[in-house]
Amino acid sequence: MARFVIRRLAGMIAVLFAVSVIVFVIFNVVPNTNPAQLLAGKNSTPVLVKSIEEEWGFDNSLPEQYLTMMKKIFTGELTSYKPRISVDEQIIERIPATFSLSIGAAIIWLFFGLLLGYLSALRAGGWLDRFLTGFAIAGISIPVFLIAPVLLYFLTYKLEIFPNAQYVPLTENPSEWLSHLILPWVTLAILSIGFYSRVLRSNMLDVMNEDYVRTARAKGLSERRVMSRHVLRNSLVPIVTLFGLDFGATIAGTAIITEYLYSLNGIGLYAIEAVQKFELPPVMGVTIYGAFFVVFVNALVDIAYAYLDPRVRLGESGAS
Amino acid sequence: MSPAPLLSVKGLRVGFSTEGGLLQAVDDVSFEVRPGEVVAIVGESGSGKSVTAQTIMGLTRSKNARIEGTAEFEGMDLIEASDAELRRLRGDRVAMVFQDPMTSFNPVYRLGAQIGEAIRAHRDGVSKSEARARAVELFEAVGIPNAEGRVDDYPHEFSGGMRQRAMIAMALALEPDLLIADEPTTALDVTIQAQILELLRELNRKRNLATILITHDLGVVAEIADRVLVMYAGRVVEQGTLDQIFFDPQHPYTWGLLGSLTRLDKPRPVRLPQISGAPPSLLALPEGCSFRPRCPHEFGPCIDLPPLQARLRDEPGHCDRCWLSPEAKKEKRQVAGQIGLEAPTP
Amino acid sequence: MAIDPQPEAAAVAAPTAGGERGPWSLAARRFVRNRVAVAFLVLFFLIVLFVLAAPLWADHVAHTGPNKTHTLQQLTVGGEKRDVVNVEGQPIGPQLFAADGMFFLGADSRLGRDEMVRLMYGGRTSLLIGITTALITTALAVILGLLAGYYRGWIDTVIARTLDILWSLPVLLVGIALGVTLAVGGLKIGPLELSGGSLWIPIIVICVFTVPYIARPIRGEVLSLSNKEFVEAAVAQGAGPLRVMFGEILPNLASTIIVFFTLTIANNMLFEAGLSFLGAGVQPPNSSWGTMITVGVDLLNTQPLLAIIPGTMIMLTVLSLNIVGDGLRDALDPRSKIDLEAHTGTVATKASGAAAI
Repeated sequence: MARFVIRRLAGMIAVLFAVSVIVFVIFNVVPNTNPAQLLAGKNSTPVLVKSIEEEWGFDNSLPEQYLTMMKKIFTGELTSYKPRISVDEQIIERIPATFSLSIGAAIIWLFFGLLLGYLSALRAGGWLDRFLTGFAIAGISIPVFLIAPVLLYFLTYKLEIFPNAQYVPLTENPSEWLSHLILPWVTLAILSIGFYSRVLRSNMLDVMNEDYVRTARAKGLSERRVMSRHVLRNSLVPIVTLFGLDFGATIAGTAIITEYLYSLNGIGLYAIEAVQKFELPPVMGVTIYGAFFVVFVNALVDIAYAYLDPRVRLGESGAS
Repeated sequence: MSPAPLLSVKGLRVGFSTEGGLLQAVDDVSFEVRPGEVVAIVGESGSGKSVTAQTIMGLTRSKNARIEGTAEFEGMDLIEASDAELRRLRGDRVAMVFQDPMTSFNPVYRLGAQIGEAIRAHRDGVSKSEARARAVELFEAVGIPNAEGRVDDYPHEFSGGMRQRAMIAMALALEPDLLIADEPTTALDVTIQAQILELLRELNRKRNLATILITHDLGVVAEIADRVLVMYAGRVVEQGTLDQIFFDPQHPYTWGLLGSLTRLDKPRPVRLPQISGAPPSLLALPEGCSFRPRCPHEFGPCIDLPPLQARLRDEPGHCDRCWLSPEAKKEKRQVAGQIGLEAPTP
Repeated sequence: MAIDPQPEAAAVAAPTAGGERGPWSLAARRFVRNRVAVAFLVLFFLIVLFVLAAPLWADHVAHTGPNKTHTLQQLTVGGEKRDVVNVEGQPIGPQLFAADGMFFLGADSRLGRDEMVRLMYGGRTSLLIGITTALITTALAVILGLLAGYYRGWIDTVIARTLDILWSLPVLLVGIALGVTLAVGGLKIGPLELSGGSLWIPIIVICVFTVPYIARPIRGEVLSLSNKEFVEAAVAQGAGPLRVMFGEILPNLASTIIVFFTLTIANNMLFEAGLSFLGAGVQPPNSSWGTMITVGVDLLNTQPLLAIIPGTMIMLTVLSLNIVGDGLRDALDPRSKIDLEAHTGTVATKASGAAAI
């Protein structure tokens, strides 16, 4: 187990290094523009551009710039260009909104996705299964930027059931926190509900044909126990991997659009605003921290997977 | 007189409705198992032997299955029994051992816990630690070395033979009266097979455990069975005691099975006799005797299905499904000192 | 399940009845029997026809172009003059045929552009990007998957690790970053020069980040296929690597590729919409369904249809492609030996989930 963890962590560091280089290259090598020129504005003098270049180190070689950037990221000294604000502080300030959104949505999608998938598999071939399958495909196909406007228009503007978003901290007012987050949660969760129910259903149908399920029945276990302890338990193993990939991807992905649509002042919104203003340091910071988070969650998941499936612990690559 | 039968199966028929029509997997199977007796059901894959066993356990019940007949176990008809009644019986009074020990345990739970689960499903108030202690005893009983240490292992940490021992230990957990072993040795190495058979025989003797052994391997049957049912295409084609089947086989299909067995006590045949052709599709059974298309001794009456009945006057328990007269059989089955299917060379 | 035996039984009976039928015509027959999938295939073609008809509608009905503004103009509706954009900056609502088809769905914003014309042209852009990227992505993924799965060794290591790294990136965030930097500065690599507004920029961004989602499962399949006897037989007969990869292995990947291709169009359209929605994809004044939602969301309170209509178009297109893809999978591989569910699933959540939906 220890060797497995160490190997996994080593791989994680290699991936993080590559990710940071790619992000750096995207901003410093790919663009056909001079960041100093952008900062100085369109009608700036060459002298101003030159001084900005020197001040921010744009005239250094690229590897040097990369190292400076990474050093700043790890020491927490990263600051945005204008205004000069600590990126770390900005991110920390916005973590509660982003985590409230993603964790709440994840709870909803896991609960409903697994519930619907379980029901679908129990009734495979029946009308309930067909209905749920249709629902799942529709859910997978609805973009958040359709769900959010529809929910906002009808439930917020017309019926005034839910307040117009913004984030209210949990510590400040728990009921407001909840009512402001319900629509974003639903928006973010619908896709995954559909998706998880499909995956769980197909996993369960596979597992139901396994010999050990027959053994469980032959032992005289109740049908409910066979389904929950044997079929469901074994079908959940791949779901854990999926959840790990998804949860990281959601925070670094879908949640951004949801934050934007509902004006939740989270990390995603911060990143989008920074990208649109060409603020390299916040984007760099958010992306690298985001990648850290994704890779970290993936590693956690692998370790959890090894815990859930004892075969993986011993085998080199095991069940993949 | 022999004791009253523990299990009495009468006129068992199992059909499945499939895409291609009704598939009659088991057709009119009747037999009895008495305490301490080993009954072997022999046949090729698709002969209905496993379906028979699983139906007795209630494992073939589904929307698509049509099950008729009776299977009386101590006065209760297992075919008519409710799911709950059957469930109380399964694992407790009737236990099952499956073919592939590699896939028959749930890979994510410890073996001891899986055995404990069976115990706790039937005995209220047994704690987990008591169940575990029982699992250790059972491991010792089936000859797993270092039982105390290995009971907490996962299935993949066991070798195939050891896993099958663990499977048997699980089946014995609640001291059942009837054990159904479905090809218990097929997936194992030959040397391990002998050990497992030895174990089964020992259990059968020591615990007076009635056993139904499902197999395609007559070698296994010879080791351990008291009585034998030979099945072909869903029907019993011959049944009798071990000696009757091995030394006085009545059905050409049984001759074929025996002929393809290598024997050290007889001169080596030039070429191992075999049954030509393949078993028929259960969706398109031939008219009359289903072995007819593969049988070298086919003659006129075979177009009608022969009944399963005793045809030898002094052997009332020895039944077969073949129209040939006992005298004709005696003549036709002798081929150069071998029991074979091939027609005698002039 | 054997409960509804009619279609399945016929499918099983087909090979014995018409012995000369190949697997493809069999698959086609199976697909045609799936009414839901056929209905959604028809829907997809209707959507394609709809966007192809854009110039006809623009020239002969709406009499305007997609990017033409009508801010200060008036419209005659039933003999009455009305502002296209009123004094508060509110665009006119849907007119249907009240103004002879002009402003059928109203105007899009205070710029007073014809929403219907933009919807049709925007759909062209969205579908064009979706299909082009799906083609490029699938082709690249197949080549990488074949190389990695066939040669193994260091080639496999390099390709697999690169794909892993792309997989680990926060796709949407890096995609936006790349999209915005390119949109501002354009792209200049050697002789290749793209201006910031070029459609190739979102296409490149999408391709880079979606390749792993197809290449990884294809690589896995090639790995297992290249162990099969028919590959060994071909090698034993002296077939070269290209012959084996493209002549022996590729045909066996066909059904997987077709299904992935369909689903990838859907996913990439969502990715494009996500990028465009955040200003990192299709650049103004060009429209795509994603950019139209961005514009529409600002007026959600008063003119909800401006966001909901393009959103619905994306949903219908994606839904029809997903259902067609599903139907194709069932038709091509009814026993589903390859676990496409899991693969496509990951594509769905990661590419579109992470990126767009």
